[in-house]
Amino acid sequence: MPPPPPLLACPELLRFEGDRPHLLGCECAACGEVYFPATTSCTRCLSSRMKDCDLGHEGTLWSWTIQDFLPKPPYNSGETPENFRPYGVGYVEMASGIKVEARLTTADPAALRIGMPLELTVIPYRVADDGREVSTFAFAPATSVRKGIHHG
Amino acid sequence: MAEDVAIIGIGLHPFGRHDELSGRAQGANALRAALKDAGVSWDRVGVAYGGSHDAGNADALCNDLGLTGLPFINVANGCATGGSALASAVAAIRSGEAEIAVAVGFDKHPRGAFNPHPRDWGLPDWYGETGLMLTTQFFALKTRRYLHEHGIGEDALVRVAQRAFRNGALTPHAWRRRELSFEEIAGSMPVNLPLRQYMFCTPAEGGAALVLCRAAVAQRFHARPILVKAAVVRTRHHGSFEVFSPALAAQQAPAPTVTASRAAFEQAGVGPRDIDVMQLQDTDSGSEIIHIAENGFCEHGEQERLLRDGDTEIGGRLPINTDGGCLANGEPIGASGLRQVIEICTQLRQDAGRRQVPGDPRLGYTHVYGAPGVSGVTILQR
Repeated sequence: MPPPPPLLACPELLRFEGDRPHLLGCECAACGEVYFPATTSCTRCLSSRMKDCDLGHEGTLWSWTIQDFLPKPPYNSGETPENFRPYGVGYVEMASGIKVEARLTTADPAALRIGMPLELTVIPYRVADDGREVSTFAFAPATSVRKGIHHG
Repeated sequence: MAEDVAIIGIGLHPFGRHDELSGRAQGANALRAALKDAGVSWDRVGVAYGGSHDAGNADALCNDLGLTGLPFINVANGCATGGSALASAVAAIRSGEAEIAVAVGFDKHPRGAFNPHPRDWGLPDWYGETGLMLTTQFFALKTRRYLHEHGIGEDALVRVAQRAFRNGALTPHAWRRRELSFEEIAGSMPVNLPLRQYMFCTPAEGGAALVLCRAAVAQRFHARPILVKAAVVRTRHHGSFEVFSPALAAQQAPAPTVTASRAAFEQAGVGPRDIDVMQLQDTDSGSEIIHIAENGFCEHGEQERLLRDGDTEIGGRLPINTDGGCLANGEPIGASGLRQVIEICTQLRQDAGRRQVPGDPRLGYTHVYGAPGVSGVTILQR
């Protein structure tokens, strides 16, 4: 039996090809502007004709920071200030040029530089009431996800 | 040409923490001080615009000042609440709606970073629940990218904070009045790298109020009225890099600060080189660096040199945040933009004591920026 699919905080944002996640957004049918998450109207050309699109699973790091303190609610990881683990956050430039904000799998400043290649993954960030892990989308340094397949 | 409007009264309840006072009480103190400065009684005020983010309806001030029946408009425009109240008060006087108008703001925030709720901002729940909806993250991400694109070193972030606390130490009503060394700031706790503890302002408490009238009659109320040459508010365009953005457009557009600043200079008929003293939104060190250029006071990338050479100090060519800005005063959202205007009025009246800008300053400038991408700019003249 294959493992059950991960429980996701935001299932509508992802599409899986096998176990590889892709980010979903939408595209303006009139001017082609791309949006994440999907939305109902185009803030550039004011059209409301939008169509779904696949943003892909690869990007490059456009900017980054480390979240070094426990966010207040609505953040719901269940951590306390004592056991909080800092996490990386970045904007990731996708093939279309859109920059998507996401958690990063590393919180080590030495491992992050603008322009580095990244690949989409899902990571657990909290445990639900029934004990199952809940995951969200995140980006990882490209070679650490699929070593040897996409990047040498 | 629209008729000039003048500020004839200023009042501040010092920013900081005042456990024994409600936010509204601090607003009432500021408003009474402004009315006294103008020599105007509350029942002569024809219209009032006021706001607070966390301390209740500003209209409740009428319960303190008196129920005179005046139109009192509650303003809720994030960090630009004060700037929006002022722009509205100016428009009311220009239109002839009122002879005397008030702009007032106050606040009292819980300690720690703000915790906005996604639905209030038209965003999905997961954005907040998974830890992406923090203002401090945005400022850090924007700063990191800006420093990268314009070749600015992280020392510049330290120098902004150093000057803010140096000026705060000269300002009797500032909250943070201790100078901090380069090493203390550079070695302070990381919050959202590259931004550290002493590079961020803190949500705080306080009140600020202005009394305004037509410039033609201003001398009747105050010997040194300050003319409002421009008061402009602008919101974001598609493609500008704003707080609470799950994604950024492929093509970047100028920030609302750029459009507000250009419109204000056009309205006032002056340029950045004419400004003698300025207040620029310094939610954090990086924001101020970005705002120096976005408001037209230097080229992108020039800031590191300006900061290092002392050009932004009280005695320099571009005196910025002479009272220590948000970094030394904290940020009660409803009052913060009006605190900026009050500091510029104080400088133009030559009442700033040890922090007075030398050389008889004639033109001042204020700039406020906040979520979800709104900027307010004023140009003031003695």
